[in-house]
Amino acid sequence: MGTTQLPSTEFDGTAVDDQLEAEAEAVMGEPPAQMVQLLGPDGKLVNDPVYSEYAEKLDPDKLRGLYADMARIRRFDVEATALQRQGQLALWVPLTGQEAAQIGSGRASQPQDYIFPTYREHGVALTRNVDLAELLRQFRGVSNGGWNPKDTNFHLYTLVLAAQTLHAVGYAMGIQRDQKLAAASDPVCTEPPAAVMAYYGDGASSEGDVHESMVFASSFNAPVVFFCQNNHWAISVPSTVQTRIPLSNRAKGYGFPGVRVDGNDVIAVHAVTEWALDHARQGKGPVLIEAFTYRVGAHTTADDPTKYRQSAEEDSWRAKDPLARLEKYLRSEGIADDVFFAKVKADGDELAAYVRRTTHDLETPDIRTAFANTYVEAHPLVAEELAWFEEYSAGFAGEPQAGETPAGQAITEAGN
Amino acid sequence: MTTMTIAKAINEGLRAALTNNPKSLLMGEDIGPLGGVYRVTDGLIAEFGPDRVVDTPLAESGIIGTAIGLALRGYSPVCEIQFDGFVFPGFNQITTQLAKMHARSNGNLTVPVVIRIPYGGGIGSVEHHSESPEALFAHTAGLRIITPSNPHDAYWMIQQAVECQDPVIVFEPKRRYWLKGDVDVETAGAAEDPFKAHVLREGADATIVAYGPLVPVALAAANAAAEDGRSVEVIDLRSISPIDFDTVTDSVNKTGRLIVAHEAPTFGGLGGEIAARISERAFLSLEAPVIRVGGFHMPYPVAKVEEDYLPDIDRILEALDRALAY
Repeated sequence: MGTTQLPSTEFDGTAVDDQLEAEAEAVMGEPPAQMVQLLGPDGKLVNDPVYSEYAEKLDPDKLRGLYADMARIRRFDVEATALQRQGQLALWVPLTGQEAAQIGSGRASQPQDYIFPTYREHGVALTRNVDLAELLRQFRGVSNGGWNPKDTNFHLYTLVLAAQTLHAVGYAMGIQRDQKLAAASDPVCTEPPAAVMAYYGDGASSEGDVHESMVFASSFNAPVVFFCQNNHWAISVPSTVQTRIPLSNRAKGYGFPGVRVDGNDVIAVHAVTEWALDHARQGKGPVLIEAFTYRVGAHTTADDPTKYRQSAEEDSWRAKDPLARLEKYLRSEGIADDVFFAKVKADGDELAAYVRRTTHDLETPDIRTAFANTYVEAHPLVAEELAWFEEYSAGFAGEPQAGETPAGQAITEAGN
Repeated sequence: MTTMTIAKAINEGLRAALTNNPKSLLMGEDIGPLGGVYRVTDGLIAEFGPDRVVDTPLAESGIIGTAIGLALRGYSPVCEIQFDGFVFPGFNQITTQLAKMHARSNGNLTVPVVIRIPYGGGIGSVEHHSESPEALFAHTAGLRIITPSNPHDAYWMIQQAVECQDPVIVFEPKRRYWLKGDVDVETAGAAEDPFKAHVLREGADATIVAYGPLVPVALAAANAAAEDGRSVEVIDLRSISPIDFDTVTDSVNKTGRLIVAHEAPTFGGLGGEIAARISERAFLSLEAPVIRVGGFHMPYPVAKVEEDYLPDIDRILEALDRALAY
């Protein structure tokens, strides 16, 4: 190595500045530098020396499936937004624009993998067979979870940003230990290797937990894929405030590969994620994927993007729409026709009707379940407070419940 | 019956837990070849290997957060936080994630994580090394908090914490790590309910409730009071979430006077919670207000003046005088 590692007296700081500036350009610039893209916005395939072979494995059935998934989740998103506007949900977190990032990555996972989402990963939930009506429980205020993660290996949404990235690494450390134990007890172990995926966003990338999770993952060579959806906006703050270099570059600092992929290209996202998960499952350690995409809608239904960004920017991203792009390709290759797209639309409407119907029927839990679930084992304070609550509630027996009209009162008032 | 220090008792308890529960593992800073800064994990990495005694990167949120992930995968991690004042980088993971995971999953998920925290002052150390932050965690539903005051409890309570399916924080009284005592490691049933308080000394005139490092101080104060002809009952709380109010109430119904002593500042501390509960449960038995003896409302002071800050025998006796004179 020698002395070349040391800064010389002629060290030129401006060269470093220039390099940083060039990298900063790549954060928001067009086109982003070194971004894997296999399907251009024009609907034509792009060749890539590493990832094209993964794309070639996608047969027509799978390609149609990716489109159908993206269309379904977009229709679901529209329906959930409408349900919020009608007062059926307290809040909704729309995903429109990020369908390719979520469906492409989710479909690359295998059943034995375990997924830790943030709170916008409705598309990933779909790929893990989570009942989408259950996904709405949290937003209707009837559960803080809504589904059993053990059924689908899709963890609950995490609302404290980036906390789940550490859970993902710990889970991956558990997989490492399980695999060692299995190999020790059964040398011809047939259990398929597993990996973990941790979703987060450009905003959460600034949280310390992302840093710590990457340090732990790297030090222990944990089988985890960090999947960062850079949708360019953390509520009202642009990604340039979170980073001056492409987020994928940060992986270098931790000593594992980082790949930036066109997050609106479902074929590329699928290919890169499949590669990364293989890499992790083979014991080669973590990977960071930055899916370069855009949150076309608001942060949540409580947000107003017109206060902080230009509609021209939104329009430029609509031109890169992930569904339109794949549709062009499917049609030009003769993989899908009008009949297919009509069926996809009908399926989406059916899903929307199902979600609307079941949302209305989602049961409000009894607060006694909260008493029951605070601890696993018996707890005297919880028991004491529950007993008080039961006695207190019993005092209201026979009286009308909130929202009910006392018998006769309505008639009397009408009479007045 | 074996005689050992609290530090050794926890070490032996961890060894037993690692032996009995193949899914248990230890995580923390410097807990491997060094055996922890207090040597509580001494020798364990040699016996159980680096997959079960894990020297982690220096990051407390990372330790707790990855422990949660391991627990979700079916493991029972025991995390060591090196000093009380260093738990705060992990506070978010403990309070927003660990404490709530079971509840927010509607009971589907359990996270049996144990967090060991050496706490309290009296060791002449630099700042952030002498604090008593237990009230901050006791306020958080979903956590259990225990604090052994003697080697026998230390040996068993750490094992019980590992077996508990809820998250448990074990506050270890660091200035008592070298306190020796008898430990019954063999008798089946030697382990007692870790969430029950113990009456260490019976008395008729007043009750002193203490926990962790102040238990020996409370006992010494009771002995000194006895020389003046006062009969003082001493209760070691052992668990500070939940608190065994039944035992405290029974005692106050008998003595009519209650002193609560802890190193943590009195304002917003557990003494206030105990006083409030006892005023509800034993109001008519009380002959005097419940008096708290604790730290002052200031950042933990510099080592050279910590003796003025920490409750000692005289401070407890002064409180006792006030209660008895009321």
